[in-house]
Parts: sequence; structure tokens; C-alpha cells
Amino acid sequence: MEKFTTHTGVGVPLRRSNVDTDQIIPAVYLKRVTRTGFEDALFAAWRGDESFVLNQPAYSSGTVLVAGPDFGTGSSREHAVWALKDYGFRVVLASRFADIFRGNSGKQGLLAGQVAQEDIELLWKVLENRPGTQVTVDLEQRTATADDVTVRFHVDDYTRWRLMEGLDDIGLTLQHEDDITAFESSRASWRPKTLPAKHLPPVDIEAARPV
Amino acid sequence: MAGTLAEKVWDAHLVRRGSDGAPDLLYIDLHLIHEVTSPQAFEGLRLAGRTVRRPDLTIATEDHNTPTLDIDQPIADLTSRTQIDTLRNNAAEFGIRIHSLGDADQGIVHQVGPQLGLTMPGLTVVCGDSHTSTHGAFGGLAFGIGTSEVEHVMATQTLPLAPFKTMAITVNGELPPGATSKDIILAIIAKIGTGGGQGFVLEYRGDAIRRLSMEARMTICNMSIEAGARAGMIAPDETTFEYLKGRPHAPEGADWDAAVEYWKTLRSDDDATFDEEVVLEAADLEPYVTWGTNPGQGLPLSANVPVPEEIADENDRVTAENAIRYMGLTPGAPLRDIAIDTVFIGSCTNGRIEDLRSVAKVVRGKKKADSLRVLVVPASARVRLQAEAEGLDQIFLDFGAEWRNAGCSMCLGMNPDQLAPGERSASTSNRNFEGRQGKGGRTHLVSPLVAAATALRGTLSSLADLDLPDDVDITSFDGSPLAPLDPAVTLQV
Ligand code: SF4
Repeated sequence: MEKFTTHTGVGVPLRRSNVDTDQIIPAVYLKRVTRTGFEDALFAAWRGDESFVLNQPAYSSGTVLVAGPDFGTGSSREHAVWALKDYGFRVVLASRFADIFRGNSGKQGLLAGQVAQEDIELLWKVLENRPGTQVTVDLEQRTATADDVTVRFHVDDYTRWRLMEGLDDIGLTLQHEDDITAFESSRASWRPKTLPAKHLPPVDIEAARPV
Repeated sequence: MAGTLAEKVWDAHLVRRGSDGAPDLLYIDLHLIHEVTSPQAFEGLRLAGRTVRRPDLTIATEDHNTPTLDIDQPIADLTSRTQIDTLRNNAAEFGIRIHSLGDADQGIVHQVGPQLGLTMPGLTVVCGDSHTSTHGAFGGLAFGIGTSEVEHVMATQTLPLAPFKTMAITVNGELPPGATSKDIILAIIAKIGTGGGQGFVLEYRGDAIRRLSMEARMTICNMSIEAGARAGMIAPDETTFEYLKGRPHAPEGADWDAAVEYWKTLRSDDDATFDEEVVLEAADLEPYVTWGTNPGQGLPLSANVPVPEEIADENDRVTAENAIRYMGLTPGAPLRDIAIDTVFIGSCTNGRIEDLRSVAKVVRGKKKADSLRVLVVPASARVRLQAEAEGLDQIFLDFGAEWRNAGCSMCLGMNPDQLAPGERSASTSNRNFEGRQGKGGRTHLVSPLVAAATALRGTLSSLADLDLPDDVDITSFDGSPLAPLDPAVTLQV
């Protein structure tokens, strides 16, 4: 994972609340089995609309998304984060995020910064009055600056540390493999196992039928 | 120290307590896998040269993409077929048990765990799917995770988790006839909002919850995520034990006794404190339907479409305006007058045998309204077999409904079961987001009973709108376990 300290890029005002993951990336794109190449899927339903913010040349190369409250609600699909990242976004700012989306972001190196709604409004104003304005996001200081507006954002210490160090989760956990093994040796025997599956003789049943 | 149910389960799985802001490391008892959110996790394992640590705590099924017709044919949609083939190959490569299309235990992942008896009280259950909260109905901590967490669980059988807050949702009293657990949860979400549960584990309690069958409890926990919650849970009791006993993977003999003894300790202590508490009176509830494009936009069926001008909060007003426009509704019009094109009965919320039984009781011997189509999609192949053994399929066919094979189907329209643009559904699923059931499709979330009444009348309706003979008791179910309990049964298709 790439280390994240500061980032500067075009800010994109997305004046919508409750942007759920179906809007970020519709279900039909989830059929892919790769980990990259989702840029075309981002906000697919809205991209057909000429007036949609990412279709305006000044914003199309945006890397800092400034969205309304409750961003990333709905399905847990991590593809939402991949699509944002593949498009080029490094940062999303909003006053509230869905938990799973926030978790997914941190793991993928996309910064989800929580900003008070009044400050989101201030950023929106700058970005809408002067399309193409760059936003500088400083993770060390937890600030985002667009022209003369500087706002503070919140990100928890642990995620911040991980982003700044560019650390991979699994590697971190495997440092504690002894603890995991010790825990496993004390698990109760009634806890279920999927293997071996229990086998009984098959029965014949016809397929279901439509009308 | 007094603890809540959620805290007890959490503490029992602590591999390592986090320090300096690092999260706790929790052991995961059961990992459920499906074709959509796993391929990239397997790819990640392969790229890093890692393996699945505990294939014996992992199980896979095919559900999101599977067709519900012609399941003996190769899957027509190429990308769907690729995802399913990828899952099958990955399962073979990493030694993971899989229930594929054509297997009796193929079906929606949140039905498969419980029906096999793998989902139990006191477990940590995860799956790359937000409705994993369903499994909390058994009194475990169950939650959806993203694909990199799927990879993390595969590699380590643990997850680093940030602490949560707890919310007690107490539902007192008794539901009036015609109202169901679906109405309870729709009412809760309408009350606390789609963000109201954010950061919380919800514990549902109270008389009304205790009275519910296991399947009805699953419906409630299933939709916890629609209130934004991390998970939902219900303390186990006799109903839970009864459901589990005799299932293929339920403990036996001395193990069963030891398990039950432990399970009985799994309840919030009387003096445990919750970060928040919400109280509802079941007697006040009536059938709920959603009018908008998120599950919090729900109202009693007797209400009218909201009038945006009357909404004070600006954000709410704009959201309501957008939703009403998208849904093609008239502000102020009675919800009961809304004409429906498709009734969808299925999904991990309401595609279980009790749901199908309750619908069958209402529609038996009747004909559906000519103006709509009705799709009945059992949650798993085994639910389908059970329904056919009880003759429910014939009731649905006589009614004019389509009887399909198991899967997620029109809940999210990844397979051919989709709404056409502008088409309107009454759906027993859990999400009414824009385009969820097909591009431009409009979804009203309803209970199975409202779905059945709507299918009869053509407009959103409840049992109160029907002339049902008094002997149709729609509130009681026999709740008998699915038979035969046989994980190796293969469908002949
Ligand atoms: S039925 Fe719907 S909500 Fe449930 S797992 Fe399938 S797609 Fe998700």
C-alpha cells in the first residue's frame, strides 16, 4: 500500500446526501473478478447525465470528493472503494460515512475524512464558485484546504497511522500468529465445523417451474 | 462487571486486546463466502502466496448471480458464469466446501448457514455481504465485511475490529393481526433513520421479539444494516435451541448439553448499560410500506405519500422530493392507491419457508390480479424442496405466480430477474435504492402478507383489505424444521 501524508488535487463537490454504494457502483459491475479497472463503473447511472459534476471538464480529473452526509451506505461492496480509487480519487470528505465503507476505505488507502457539515458547505461553495480549485489534504495535520478555506477532518488514529505507514492488514495480524494458535487450542468442541460435511443418500426432486 | 450480550460475545473471542488505538483482534468462528465478494480476496491470497488458514470454518455457496430458471443449462450471462466458475475453482484450489447450483443446500448464504445448523448462539460470523447481520438472530455477533477483510479472515481466521456502541431496542407487547416482524423492523428504521444505528450493535428485546419464531427474528436482524448498524442480535432462548436441535451441524450429546448451558448465559445482564435505548409498542404497529428510495422512507400503509413542502428540514425535503420524483408518486396520494406491476416474494429477508407458508395461506384457491406478475423465489433449494413437499408450489402456480429456483434473484437483479425501467414492485426484500432491482425500477418494501394482499388486489394492500375467512390464521406458524435435513442431497435437474 502506498504511503499517504499529503495530497493535492482537484476537488469535486457532490451535493447529494445518502450516496449509497449502488450509486457509487451499480451491482451489474460487481460481476468482474479482477481487482482493478473499475473506473468506468463509478457513478455509472449518473455519468450519462451531461450536467453530472464529473462530466464537467473542470472537475473530471478530480481526486478529492466532497460529498453530502451518509456517504457509502448500503451494500458492503468494496468495489465502491476500488471504483473511486481507479477513477483517481484519493480522498472523500463527508460529514458522515457508513461504517463498512469507512472501514473498506482505510484498508485500501482511500482516505475517508469526516468533516462537519458547515465546513462541507464552505468547501462546496469554493469548489462550485471556482470549478477546478485544488484541495490540499494534510493527513498529518488532519486539514483540508481549498483556497482560503481550511477545514479540519476527523480520521481515527489507527487508520491514520496505517495510511501514513502504508501498512497491510494481514501482515500486521500475522505478527501475532502465536496468539491465534493459542486461542484456537482453547475453543469449545461444540463450535461448528463445516468439514467434514455430513453425507446422506441423495433424493430425486424435479426442478422448479415457472407458470 | 455487568455486560451486554454483544460485549460478552466480543470478549469470548478476544485473541488480543488492542493498545495505543489499535483495534482488538477477534477470532472468527464461521466464514461464509459467495461468488461476488470473494474472487478478489482469493486473488489477493494467491498474489501474496498465502493459504486459507481454516477451511473447516469456511463454507461457500452460489447465490447472487444464479439464474432461477433453467438451472440445468450453462449460465447464459457470461460474467455471471465467470464469477461462479471462479468461485468453484477457488473452492477446489483452497479446499473449501461449496454448495453449487443443483445442490440442495445451495441458496442465499444467510439461509444456508442457519439451515445447516452452522449458525449458532455465541458465534462470530462474517461474510462479504452486509446482510450477514441476519445471523445475529441466534445471539452471535454477525456482520458484513469488505473483500479485503474477507481476505484477512481467510488468511488469519481473525479480524481487527474497532469497538462498537450498543443500542437496546425494546419492542413491548403483541403485534396486531396482519403485522409481522418485517413491519417491526421497517418501523424501527423509519423511526431511527438509515444512519440511526451507525456505530452500534443493536440488541432487539422485549415481549414482541420473544414471541417471534427464529425465522421472523432473522428478518429483523437482517435489516439492522438498513438502519446503518454494525450488527443486530437477539439473545438465544428455547425458540433458538428448538430451531437448532437436530440440524446437521448442531452439536450432539454431551456437546449439545455443554453448548446449551453456555448459550443460556448469553443475555445482557439486568444492570448492563446500553449507550442508547429505543422503545416501541408492538400494538401500535400496522403493516408498513416504503414510499421512497431508502429503507428509512417508510410509513404505515394507511398513510399518504409525504408532501415535501411540509418537511421542515431542508436536506430531508430535497431527499424526499428526489425520491418522490424517482418513484413517480404524487405527494399526498394514499399509499393504498399505488398500482404495482411486479410482486417479488423472496430474498434473505423474507424468502424462508414460513414466509412462503404465510403467503400461501392468503392466496390459496385465489387468482392474482391480472395487472401484475408474481415471482416467488425460495431462499434456498432446501426451502424450495420443503415448500414443494407441502404443496405450496402448486398453490402459487394456481394463483398465477411463477415458482422459481433459489437465489437472490430480484432482490438485486444481478441475474435476469429484473424490473424494467419505470416498473414498480412490491418486494419482500430489504433495499429500495434507485435501480436496485433493475435500472429505473421502483421498489416498495413490504412484508410477505402485504405482498400477498397486493398480488390479489393489484394495488398496495394489507390483509385488512381482503375478505379472508376467519379460519385463515396468518399469525401462527408451526415452525417445523426443514426436512429432510440432508446436506448431501443433490437436485435432479
Ligand atoms: S437476497 Fe438480497 S440482500 Fe440478501 S444476500 Fe442476496 S442480494 Fe443480498
